[in-house]
Amino acid sequence: MTLHLINKTPSESSALRDSLSAVSNGDALLLIENGVYAAMPAYAELFTRLPGSVQCYLLEDDAIARGLKDLNQDFRAIGYDGFVELSCRYGKVVSWF
Amino acid sequence: MDNLTVNGVIIPVDNEGYLRNLDDWAPAVAEQLAQQEGIQLSDAHWEILAVLRQFYQQFEMSPAMRPLIKAITAELGADKGKSIYLMSLFPGSPAKLASKIAGLPKPTNCL
Amino acid sequence: MSDTKKSFLIINRKAPYGSSAARDALDVALTISVFEQPLSLLFMDDAVLQLLPAHNAAAIGQKNLSANLSMLEMYDIDQLYVCQRALEQRGIRPDDIELNIILLDQSGIAALIKKQDQVLSF
Repeated sequence: MTLHLINKTPSESSALRDSLSAVSNGDALLLIENGVYAAMPAYAELFTRLPGSVQCYLLEDDAIARGLKDLNQDFRAIGYDGFVELSCRYGKVVSWF
Repeated sequence: MDNLTVNGVIIPVDNEGYLRNLDDWAPAVAEQLAQQEGIQLSDAHWEILAVLRQFYQQFEMSPAMRPLIKAITAELGADKGKSIYLMSLFPGSPAKLASKIAGLPKPTNCL
Repeated sequence: MSDTKKSFLIINRKAPYGSSAARDALDVALTISVFEQPLSLLFMDDAVLQLLPAHNAAAIGQKNLSANLSMLEMYDIDQLYVCQRALEQRGIRPDDIELNIILLDQSGIAALIKKQDQVLSF
């Protein structure tokens, strides 16, 4: 199983789009840096076709830094310790940037 | 430039004499910074330094001359919001010199 | 200082953090204002994300761009144009933005660019 890291906004590169088409059952998505903007409610439509088994996370400090609140509830906010824990739990990490 | 020593504590400064760590600032530090520039701080100086520090707290940047004058006019009145008045207190380049003594970074984009 | 004035437009297209584009644009804007040239800023695409209030960039060890943008009026930079479509695409309401902004549609953006002497893009 794979942890997919996305660090670009939905419009600054194809990173998010490419990652979504490469996700398998049981994988996880983690939005970091500019990637956290994808958790704005306006982008919720992008994630509706993900398999239900895919867990979605975002790095909380990156959202706080950008003044983001009322984000997509499907994303669980985690800290750096959670980031480390996920990286260990999933055998592979793929960075989309 | 040599670091400051204030009350036995070494305060690091950059090569132009601006504090490296903004948290190191204290009135005693300001007095020493001013002394190095040949300035004896009076009440008139302190109220300008207070406006500067408030500006930095709000906007997270040191002001160039024009916004500094605007801020001083708003806080202390139009009589003091004049470059000639600031020049009399902080000769040469008031925005740069007053920022240094207020413990703030050097203003960028300042002619 | 020269008597002749040129009008400048700075186009912002990038998010506030993650690259130096937003900060570079701000630095250039402040510099142009010191030379007292007529200056407008246009925020489009991801740059509208710069306008969200209450950043807390200390969380990522950076300075708050939102605090710096609220300083623009102290530099008499008050022509802040914003692409309406970019706001809509991101679900941002104009009321969410605490700066005084002027909304533009596509033809308004074209007209704004057309009337400038110089345009810089970040």
